[in-house]
Amino acid sequence: MTAKPLHLLLVDDETPARARLKDLLADIAAELPSVVVGEAADGIEALELLANPEQPRIDIVLADIRMPRLDGIGLVQHLAGRETAPPVIFVTAYDQYAVQAFDLNAIDYLLKPVRAQRLLAALRKLPAGLPSREALRSLAPQGRTHLHSTERGRILLVPLDDVLFLRAELKYVTARTREREYLIEESLTHLEDEFADRFIRTHRNCLAARNAIVGVERDNAPPGENHWCVLLRDLGEKLPVSRRQWPLIKALLKEDS
Amino acid sequence: MASIRQNPSPSRLPDFRNLGVWLRVLLVTNALAALFCCAANRHWHELPDEFVQLAASVEPPLIASLVMLYLLQRLLERLSYGRGILFVVGSVLAVTAAFHALGVVPAVTQTGSAGLARALLWAALCSGALLYYFNICARLHSPALAEARLFALTARIRPHFLFNALNAVLGVIRSDPRRAEVALEELADLFRVLMRDNRELVRLSDEIALARQYLDLERLRLGERLQVKWDIESCPPDALLPPLMLQPLLENAVYHGIEPAEQPGEISIGFARRGEELRIELSNPFDPKTPPHAGNQMALANIRERLMLFFDLEARLETEIVGATTTTSQRYVVRIVLPYRRSAVQ
Repeated sequence: MTAKPLHLLLVDDETPARARLKDLLADIAAELPSVVVGEAADGIEALELLANPEQPRIDIVLADIRMPRLDGIGLVQHLAGRETAPPVIFVTAYDQYAVQAFDLNAIDYLLKPVRAQRLLAALRKLPAGLPSREALRSLAPQGRTHLHSTERGRILLVPLDDVLFLRAELKYVTARTREREYLIEESLTHLEDEFADRFIRTHRNCLAARNAIVGVERDNAPPGENHWCVLLRDLGEKLPVSRRQWPLIKALLKEDS
Repeated sequence: MASIRQNPSPSRLPDFRNLGVWLRVLLVTNALAALFCCAANRHWHELPDEFVQLAASVEPPLIASLVMLYLLQRLLERLSYGRGILFVVGSVLAVTAAFHALGVVPAVTQTGSAGLARALLWAALCSGALLYYFNICARLHSPALAEARLFALTARIRPHFLFNALNAVLGVIRSDPRRAEVALEELADLFRVLMRDNRELVRLSDEIALARQYLDLERLRLGERLQVKWDIESCPPDALLPPLMLQPLLENAVYHGIEPAEQPGEISIGFARRGEELRIELSNPFDPKTPPHAGNQMALANIRERLMLFFDLEARLETEIVGATTTTSQRYVVRIVLPYRRSAVQ
């Protein structure tokens, strides 16, 4: 039987830890052929590799939890909103809290030092996908503080506090801050679910930051119809409100005043 | 060897050369005086004046008694506990009587034999209460208990470090077997120290050697990200300090200052002797974005308690975040001041 070798991405900030995983993968190659197609020292580098169109297919990501910039759990949070993302297996030396959450949510993980047989078992029993939203919430109760956007192969982190609205446009979602727009590779529905307490839907294709809404005004454009627009702080742009969302926006404004 | 086993029996007079003892005597006596004032007080607004007047008559004999006991400490140490008590109370009464006879007491206190009797009664009550208090303290902090607490407090190394270090050794074992050997030897040394009897003060030079071994292990996995600056020129290598004090502090610094940082960071550690004090200062880069970790507070509380068991109030540990909040170069600083004790063996 000649199966296609498994394509792996190793994410760990410590070089010896990645070396160890490569040694082990070589040891189990007879039973499970694999190729390490990428190595990253933190979550951001991993996102950059995954965004690179020249990067060969990645079947699975082995990610450390404690890393600078963006840790393993943050990486999964950022991948969770994408349409396609490889499954991630967490590798950790010692993290009582995370390990408890993994056990609770039946998420497979590897403990450092990893053993060859354990690694083999985990790779054979590939997780079906990324952890569910509930699982992610129990792993990181405080949630994400940033969105990420890929520009010329680099990953930019966009603080959620700065985002005034998110709008779906054709293939992408754009996040608008006071200064500029960012392309976000996550679906609007996913963002709406994840940040329900931060954003409110104003229209089929738009989410506005709740704390950025300063008021509403009547749209004068189509005569005879009763259209409203949301006004945002720091921004001249007005967001149209659909008839369906209007009661919710009205309630929000009443709540504030 | 200086150790907490200096207290052989729980029933023992306090050490009148200890600053902590002085502080407690002063505080308790003045608190009793304040209590007395409150009880005898008729009008609230007169209370501060009354207290000041009473304090003026209490303080001179109190301080004179303490000075005398300080000077007679050697003699006191040779007496049995019962005789010691009689001696202490006797000296306090003598000092009080002397002050009374000299008429140094302010006008509010009655003169004559009635006033003398009152003053003596108060002095006896006060010193009795204090000796009783110190006896209870000594029992609470009896060597057996203190040793048990010390035993529980030391020998804590983060599992995070152990497993990461083992993993790093496994990571280099095939490519660089010699480096792996050295690392395992260092790990063995570290654990030997962790598992030995850690109830005696140790030489600073030994602690520094241990800290270097620990840092070398961390460098195996962190590489160039970990930079260390030592300032040990002005430190006396024969100074004594509680065992395993530097290593947990460095472990904290690595965990909070180096591991989460994207750029290489520097841990700086310095020692200095100022008269009869030994000062240790350790600092690491601090990122205000990372929330404070409960583990850090635990390690610091642990060290603080051990300092307390070894040196009582004469040692202290302070932490501070220096640098403007707007800059990226904020640092987390831990400062320890402890009495300078010298090791007998050179």
